[in-house]
Amino acid sequence: MSNDVKDYQQQLLQAIQSFNGSASLMEVCGTHTMAIAKSGIRGLLPPNIKLLSGPGCPVCVTSQGDIDAVILMVQQKDLILVTFGDMMRVPGTYSSLQEERSQGADIRVAYSPLDALRVARENPQKEVVFLGIGFETTTPTIAITLEQAVKEGLKNFSVFSLHKVVPPALELIFSDTDIKVDGLICPGHVSAVIGVKPYEILTDKYKKPCVITGFETQDILEGIYMLLQQLKKDEARVEIQYGRVVKPEGNPIARQTMERVFKPAAARWRGLGMIPASGLELREEYAGMDTRLKFGIPEIEELPIKGCACGEVLTGKISPPDCALFGRACTPLKPVGPCMVSHEGSCAAFYRYTPVKGRG
Amino acid sequence: MTQDRILMAHGSGGLMSQRLIDEVFKQAWQNEIMEPMLDGAILQMPAGRLAMSTDSFVITPLFFPGGDIGKLSICGTVNDLLACGATPLYLSTAFIIEEGLPIAELRLIAESMAKTAREVGVKLVTGDTKVVEKGSCDGVFINTTGIGIIPEGIDYRPPRIQPGDKVIVTGYVGDHGLAILAQREGLTFSTPVVSDCAALYQLEEMVAKYGDAIKCMRDPTRGGLATVLNEIAVQAGIGIRVKEAAIPVAPAVKGACDMLGMDPLYMANEGKMVMFVAAAAARDLLFDLHQLSPTANAAIIGQVDAGPSGLVLIETELGAERILGILEGEHVPRIC
Repeated sequence: MSNDVKDYQQQLLQAIQSFNGSASLMEVCGTHTMAIAKSGIRGLLPPNIKLLSGPGCPVCVTSQGDIDAVILMVQQKDLILVTFGDMMRVPGTYSSLQEERSQGADIRVAYSPLDALRVARENPQKEVVFLGIGFETTTPTIAITLEQAVKEGLKNFSVFSLHKVVPPALELIFSDTDIKVDGLICPGHVSAVIGVKPYEILTDKYKKPCVITGFETQDILEGIYMLLQQLKKDEARVEIQYGRVVKPEGNPIARQTMERVFKPAAARWRGLGMIPASGLELREEYAGMDTRLKFGIPEIEELPIKGCACGEVLTGKISPPDCALFGRACTPLKPVGPCMVSHEGSCAAFYRYTPVKGRG
Repeated sequence: MTQDRILMAHGSGGLMSQRLIDEVFKQAWQNEIMEPMLDGAILQMPAGRLAMSTDSFVITPLFFPGGDIGKLSICGTVNDLLACGATPLYLSTAFIIEEGLPIAELRLIAESMAKTAREVGVKLVTGDTKVVEKGSCDGVFINTTGIGIIPEGIDYRPPRIQPGDKVIVTGYVGDHGLAILAQREGLTFSTPVVSDCAALYQLEEMVAKYGDAIKCMRDPTRGGLATVLNEIAVQAGIGIRVKEAAIPVAPAVKGACDMLGMDPLYMANEGKMVMFVAAAAARDLLFDLHQLSPTANAAIIGQVDAGPSGLVLIETELGAERILGILEGEHVPRIC
């Protein structure tokens, strides 16, 4: 790193440190959670500026009932489940996908949903289910995968959609008086797809500043600085710090792709409960590829994990070390809740990057 | 060879096994110790302490940019012996081969092992092959076991590390892990990422020159640099402080890791060494390492502290300090 860059970052840091009021800023993206923890920014901020982690990790916000439904499916049906690696260790109420695989379930880890199509092509005699999880950044690629499956006439492929969209959850957080958030560090990747409009609705209604921020240390410092500047002037606008990637209009092509295949539906979020229009289900034209319909997957009741405060952590009501299990009964090696499992979960980030004394 | 793929019969112990050994392995590896084809190798060993190490290699794909499983199986065990301060001398190898593997691929792997062993100056002196049914293994699994001789006065065990010692890493970290991931998942980058797979036999010269000024060495394979630093901190009962900005990472690897949400400090290396060195010798050693091609990007990344014992701390670019923990579970890309 050149000295100029270093000087600039130190200047930004000093400007942030000299902020007089108090501010709680929330990020809602797992990559931000990790980048902030890795950079050590939190430890350099004065006590009047708090950085909270919101519901930004797609693995973490997946409801316990949905995870149990997926596990029940692989126990009962003879099929191949293809999933992203992070889902393997997430504990269900009684088991995890990792445990099911060790007992013989055919579960494969993929890096791209298109890999699941390959598995379906290679195993025409078997049903192949892709576990669709992720926000607006991941969903367009799943939509393309489904369109491709239709084009190829693959009859043995379906998607178990646990996809979610970010804005309705943000609205819930802004409207919850128990959650004190003064400004939002908006997710860079998701915003590259959705653009500024969904945040403008929020800033108009709730009068809280939003800054779309990148993931380098310098980006995050600039993002925080921009939020504090708005707070200082009592403004509430949407600004883009991450201009090298995010355009105000977002990516209309990605959105159209998503809309061709998916439609909004109510979805359950861990910690936030049922939120209307916050999930995505397959449109009627794709109903044959909707795992839930194809196999008649039942809704499973949400059974909370005893003692686990992931719900409170996900809404920024408490910080990970405030959970009674953190660092004691719940560690990355033996996680109790999803925030400790996912490598972008708030608890895992805190645990990994905080000195021992802060580990509880 | 008439058949072009491995059949179960190649593992029968009969004529087909013999042919496979003669035409694939013996041809590539022949040397006077293996030649009599006894049940074991009979070795003349120089006086001194022996180092012995074993490693099994399972990798998909078998061939990757920068190497293949054969080269890897030699480099891995040779580097483990070098880390003990030993001069590697002899290797044994055992193959578990999946039915259906093209024999041409097996031949390429055997030849690659022979070539690497020649470069390093070690001999493959005894071996074994087994064939398993299709689906019971992934192409081929290779084990190599090596022995080497440790020069007088060399003892590279962690308890010798003292506060004040410097930590050197011999080049860019994370190349191998990312190259394999990219090859396996069909990810392409504008700058191709190549595995660093290499046997660091040139380090023998450094051992001879610097002797006990080098305190300890370890090759940061699975789990990467961060994991090795943690292992040593615990074994030596010391604290380690490193600077993020000093750790060499190739720009292409850094860019790709940022994109995938992965950390090069946790990604495997197959041609790197972490060296703990007395402070007084560190600069000279670094200068010498820079003159050797496989260690040309070596850097001093930090130093040993009296405490807190067993803990590795990293100073971030911003100047904050945080824990550099050990890898828990698997290192997987982000979903988003």
